[in-house]
Amino acid sequence: MRGAGLLSVAEGVAWRVLHNVFRNPSLLVPSLLFPLFFFTAFAGGLSRLSDVPGFQESIALDYTAFQFVFVLLQSAAFGGVFTGFGVARDFEGGFARRLLLAAPRRSGIVLGYALAAVVRWAVTASLLTVVALLAGMQIGGNGVDIVGLYVLALIVNLAGVLWAMGVAMRLRTMQAGPVMQMPVFLTLFFAPVYVPLDLLQGWIEVAATVNPVTRLLEAGRSLMAGDPSGVVLAFGVALALAAVFTLWALRGLRSAEAAGS
Amino acid sequence: MTHSALGIQVWSLARRSILRTLRQPASAIPPILFPLALMALNSGGLDAATDIPGFPTDNFYAFALAVPFVQGALFSTVNAGTDLARDIQTGFFNRLSLTPMSGAALLAGTLAGNVVLGIVQALIYILVGLVIGVEFASGLPGIVVLLVLAALISLGFGALGAFLAFRTGSGEAVQGLFPVLFVFLFISSMNMPRDLIEIDWFQTAATLNPVSYLLEGVRSLVIEGWDVETLALGFGAALAVTLVAILAATLALRTRLERT
Repeated sequence: MRGAGLLSVAEGVAWRVLHNVFRNPSLLVPSLLFPLFFFTAFAGGLSRLSDVPGFQESIALDYTAFQFVFVLLQSAAFGGVFTGFGVARDFEGGFARRLLLAAPRRSGIVLGYALAAVVRWAVTASLLTVVALLAGMQIGGNGVDIVGLYVLALIVNLAGVLWAMGVAMRLRTMQAGPVMQMPVFLTLFFAPVYVPLDLLQGWIEVAATVNPVTRLLEAGRSLMAGDPSGVVLAFGVALALAAVFTLWALRGLRSAEAAGS
Repeated sequence: MTHSALGIQVWSLARRSILRTLRQPASAIPPILFPLALMALNSGGLDAATDIPGFPTDNFYAFALAVPFVQGALFSTVNAGTDLARDIQTGFFNRLSLTPMSGAALLAGTLAGNVVLGIVQALIYILVGLVIGVEFASGLPGIVVLLVLAALISLGFGALGAFLAFRTGSGEAVQGLFPVLFVFLFISSMNMPRDLIEIDWFQTAATLNPVSYLLEGVRSLVIEGWDVETLALGFGAALAVTLVAILAATLALRTRLERT
């Protein structure tokens, strides 16, 4: 019965979020266009970077595929953050207060928002993949590698929404947007976005080396190239992030409950 | 109206525009810091691009320093537009229109404030460039020309923000157009010289995009010295954007005053 309560709450919350997002272009379009825009700007404008000495020796990927992996992970993380904006809006507008009162299992609220983020990102990722294939992206990996890449991105999506939800439930205002967004943006861009880690120099090399997102990015690119390496570590990092942010989100929920929203 | 009366009106509104920005650190600081942060991130990540044959400098910071000038102006566009839209939404604009204040003074005052802030931004970017070791190939006279170009870019983008505010009357709508302006920045020669962009459609889009010429005008003063053609294109693009935006803002203001 407890499980049924959890699932019914999650289903209701997820359906409402998806209904709102897919019926409101101002919510849907930015989350679809931003990844396409970054993909276009990076893969289109910077493709000469694959001619930099050492690039091809580091990773056997064309520049479109190289950038696709970054943008896929970025879309996953930001898909979660965009859903977090909706959580903040629900708290600011008072809907979340009614939700907290009505839900028999409140953790179902967290699960529901997370499910909505996954569905929302699945649409974005599908569109991004189609555009990348139309742009001539060369895939080196086999089916298992590519499934691995998407599963990795899915876990990043969950980590992203759980992070943003934790912030939204603590601050309970749309003003929290930059707090959700900026750390994710900076963490992603402190990774080897434009060239492989071996070709970075100076402070950015140090930052990228210690940045856990680098492990995700390098493993994702190795899967795309069909030469998997560091995959176990990357999944470990992604799952650890998701686990930490699950606790963060659940404690955020407790904080919202304590505040009475 | 005498010239001195117009001058007083412009000064009053310019002063208000500057003070309002300075009193809101949340709107004054990000337009300065965010472009610098993005420049640092991009320069760190793209430093390897200087190894590409034909890249115009071996210091990516020198190449990238042009970006904050234009990106900062884009931020100012949104801030100026949002402030004006707030004036419309809160009724300040309605009350102002009941005074003898002329429409020209309102526009000029707002834009003057934007230009002053644009010059302050530019001075900060130049200082940061000097601190991180960028050498300005055109020397001190080039820095002066750079400030003039930065002022013109701020004027043009400020007028664009004013147009958006007068046209929509909504701060949210002005903010919503920010990503569109951002697209112009990214689909340009922001991170790679146009002749080194190998994807044809991207190179064409960057060539058609006036932002490329603004960036290249600023960049030429930093890394090339006195490249008259690039500078003329930079100033020409800035002037064209400014004239079109001022015309659009003037027409939108006239419509807004009629409604008021």
